[in-house]
Amino acid sequence: MTDREQTFARVAALIEPFNKKGVALGETTTFAGDLEWDSLVVMDFVANVEDEFDILITMNMQAEIETVGQLVDAVARLKTPG
Amino acid sequence: MTEGVDTAMNPADDRALAPSGPDLFSKFDPLIAQRQALLDTGLKDPFGLVMEKVLSPTRAICNGRETILLGTYNYMGMTFDRDVIEAGKKALDEFGAGTTGSRVLNGTYVGHKAVEQALKDFYAMDHAMVFSTGYQANLGIISTIAGKGDYVVLDIDSHASIYDGCKLGDAEIVPFRHNDVGALEKRLARIPADAGKLVVLEGVYSMLGDVAPLKEMVKVAKAAGAMVLVDEAHSMGFIGPNGRGVAEEQGILDQVDFVIGTFSKSVGTVGGFCVSNHPKFEILRLVCRPYVFTASLPPSVVATAATSIAKLRHGEVKRAHLWENSKRLHQGLREMGFQLGTDSPQSAIIAVIMPDLEKGAAMWEALLAEGLYVNLARPPATPANMTLLRCSLCAEHSEAEVGQILEMFRRAGRATGVIGQAAA
Repeated sequence: MTDREQTFARVAALIEPFNKKGVALGETTTFAGDLEWDSLVVMDFVANVEDEFDILITMNMQAEIETVGQLVDAVARLKTPG
Repeated sequence: MTEGVDTAMNPADDRALAPSGPDLFSKFDPLIAQRQALLDTGLKDPFGLVMEKVLSPTRAICNGRETILLGTYNYMGMTFDRDVIEAGKKALDEFGAGTTGSRVLNGTYVGHKAVEQALKDFYAMDHAMVFSTGYQANLGIISTIAGKGDYVVLDIDSHASIYDGCKLGDAEIVPFRHNDVGALEKRLARIPADAGKLVVLEGVYSMLGDVAPLKEMVKVAKAAGAMVLVDEAHSMGFIGPNGRGVAEEQGILDQVDFVIGTFSKSVGTVGGFCVSNHPKFEILRLVCRPYVFTASLPPSVVATAATSIAKLRHGEVKRAHLWENSKRLHQGLREMGFQLGTDSPQSAIIAVIMPDLEKGAAMWEALLAEGLYVNLARPPATPANMTLLRCSLCAEHSEAEVGQILEMFRRAGRATGVIGQAAA
């Protein structure tokens, strides 16, 4: 697996506990639309992603992230500062 | 929220403008439908209550009926204090109904300076700045002191005014799990060492009435080089040896950089404030937009606030009675089988957790029919999508009234099936 595929797999594993409807995850799966997450679920999930990768995803960044693919890209970018 | 919506909203109302483009109100359709579904079950609108007459800090006439007030945050019962009312009347006579001006132009009267002095005396701090509401105090202070490139680290269950202060400013916003010291510490460690950091905490969280572990959190924040702001809206006047709040109770008030508070709870009127020992604090009067670009509080309001704050300094007897009320209500409700927001009474707020919004609204209405007013709180204002009946006690609730309140809860709880028939 490439680095990105690995990151995708780790993010997908973190999504699962909150994936109540068993939605199939892809790059374009949206958190609000497809997964139907409300703001409280998003906050719990983001905290888990932050701790898994030892990064910060500020609320300012969260506003720009709508899909699983965008989140994976953001995680990859934040893991390698600079 | 749908407070004060008087008439039914009919989407087919032909008086409505027919927009040629998208209707900006479409985004509210789910909320309109949810509200309508609730009203269709025959329940009253829990957000449309009108107080027809207010008899005392603990009694009002609602729907023509005398009602015990258990959801007003009027913790110290100062709204009808004789000295407070006299001070307000005198100020109305001597200074008029309003200032018609900003604090930095024509809106600073001697009364505004006096109430700021009363706050400095109350907290034993160097600086005090009074805003027109508590909401504006958070909005103004947070958005102004945390700028571009700075970080605001805040508890996830923070009040809307704190979130809105974050939104108004340009800082990076980092929430952490409620009251979780480890989560705060980890997030502080991930922020660049040279960035400015503001940690925003509350003494008492108003939804569940739980208290923050401020001592541990302030220690972690200071170790990371952060400044600390604590909102003590729900603890002022009541918690701490001098009523200065949870930070005083936990012995770390001297390490808190900014205390935010309100006049609309224990003080018994309206207004907000920030007190601080920061040597450059006074510059905020020129740069804080929610302070500058709004009219200052009316003279009667600052006069009532100053009188009330001075009296709260000597409120030991009332504080002790309020604790007794809180302990008794908490224990009584728990023994009846109600699920409560905290295992032990931590503040003057006791939150009763309802199974869902429908049951919560039914219970709220049954209590009102009994002659008891509590706050109905529902998502998204509540943590974990809970529906809560929030009770806030007052130092003026008598022992007998707390007994009456418990009986009302027992009858309403059984009638609505929230507690079992066989419960104690």
